[in-house]
Amino acid sequence: MDNSYAAVMSRKNEILRRGTGIDYQEYEISRIAFNYEGLMDSPRYSLVDAQRILKETGVGNTPFVELKNLTNLVRSVSPPGKGCRIFIKDEAANPSGSFKDRRAGLSIHHAAKLGYKGVVAASSGNYGAAVASQAAKRGLKAIILQEVYDSRKVGQPEILEKTRACEAYGAEVWQLTVGPELFYIMLRVLEETGFFSASLYVPTSILGIETLGYELAQQALQQEGRFPDMVVITHAGGGNITGTARGLKKAGCHQTVVVGVSVDLRGLHMASDFDFNRKSFTTGHTGFGIPFLTLPDRTDVPRNCARGLRYLDRYVLVSQGEVFYTTELLAKLEGIERGPAGNTSLAGAIALAREMDQEQILVVQETEYTSAGKLPSSQLTFAKENGIEVRQGNPKENIPGKTIVIPERVAQVEVEDFNIGRIRYSYIENALKMAKGYAPTEEDLQFLAEDSKSTTAYVRETVRALNGKK
Amino acid sequence: MVDTKKGNLVLIHKTVLKPDERPDTLPACTKAVAYECWIKGFLLNSQATVGDEVRIETFIGREISGTLVSVHPAYDHSFGKPQKELLSIGRELRKK
Repeated sequence: MDNSYAAVMSRKNEILRRGTGIDYQEYEISRIAFNYEGLMDSPRYSLVDAQRILKETGVGNTPFVELKNLTNLVRSVSPPGKGCRIFIKDEAANPSGSFKDRRAGLSIHHAAKLGYKGVVAASSGNYGAAVASQAAKRGLKAIILQEVYDSRKVGQPEILEKTRACEAYGAEVWQLTVGPELFYIMLRVLEETGFFSASLYVPTSILGIETLGYELAQQALQQEGRFPDMVVITHAGGGNITGTARGLKKAGCHQTVVVGVSVDLRGLHMASDFDFNRKSFTTGHTGFGIPFLTLPDRTDVPRNCARGLRYLDRYVLVSQGEVFYTTELLAKLEGIERGPAGNTSLAGAIALAREMDQEQILVVQETEYTSAGKLPSSQLTFAKENGIEVRQGNPKENIPGKTIVIPERVAQVEVEDFNIGRIRYSYIENALKMAKGYAPTEEDLQFLAEDSKSTTAYVRETVRALNGKK
Repeated sequence: MVDTKKGNLVLIHKTVLKPDERPDTLPACTKAVAYECWIKGFLLNSQATVGDEVRIETFIGREISGTLVSVHPAYDHSFGKPQKELLSIGRELRKK
């Protein structure tokens, strides 16, 4: 068989159809629109089913903890009456140490049910470990493909830890160099093994995360007598926002403000061998966050079920230094030592809480485990070895790939609002570009409005403006 | 010289794509280098020396071939060195 790059990519649709058990063609409506809810319903799991299945392997029902000391600290630098109560969902309590167990749990159960002998996932992060862990519990084989090294064979400590974790769970791990050909390798391995594609973007992945949004809403209601006023979510590929927001809605939270937070790595190229080790965060950053909002379907499945823009009320950015600072605060003030990447949303929450009334409730919906490689001292040691300047000061002076500035005071932790209007505009522009030569129908306009959390009037006007620009 | 024998845990290397086989859309610095891969497993050859072409059985029982890189590969990522930019954080707050 021809295994050249071009030949394997040309077999993509057939490989993915066999690898996911989903015929995506069935859900296509036009060159722009598809039946999103139909695709989400296709594996036939209700929220109750998802909860039951995840419970079988010890996933979910994680602690919902009020961060009282941190709240007091935030209030000390907030305007009078401001500084809301901050709660955290301690997702590190899941079997492999992150919310990604919810994401993997349902998919691996589904793979076993469909009769697959093993699963393949491309992930350099917690998701790989979650897939390996869940596969071990369900008696399936796991192959995890990781982007680990630059061309000097230098790897981020956080990713090296993920290799170790996946191998600890008995997975076969491919440690690859920098490049989007990770997808090519995934297709080859799927074709060779006939295993299930445990993509982050299949319906079961998102359905698993719905349990997180639902659970935190229930815990807030039972413990505090009210739904959260704001839920703050680390954003990369969009699954965390999508699943959590859908779960919140299923719990009846229609007023809760959904905020996405990413680490600002603007200016660094994600496929660059040179830039690869000049960042301290391997996920939860703008390098994934922005493209996945503006072009969600450019991923490893024909249609992506993680559609962050559908659910996002606000999108904010924080710097690497602010997240490291927050990670230290969580350990020192609350006695909870967790991994930095999972604290991206907590860094955003510290700034956002200052805008909110004291009686309001803000929920940070995840933590992740920490270990060698996955903690500020380890990641900053690595940053310095790779030529990054690290200093204390005003985090506004942070320059991705050059300088990490650790705040000196909590008041210096701030968020930068990213204009969602700009994202919506790019999203519509990309959708039209992907369907070049096709004139959108009323149904397409309706789809684009739903998919970008806007109105058909806004979409129509944007389409007109874009056509005028040509 | 023999570095290892059948059954020992080893690390192998494979070149997946040479630079000219990689897509043209890559940034120049990425396109200039090969796409490479490392995999661990148990040696299937009766004996081998670093640099030999060998076959391994991976942790899930699949057979893969590649160049022998090392024997009993270690995990050497660490907790890092103490960072002076972080050490003041708890102390500053406890003084309050």
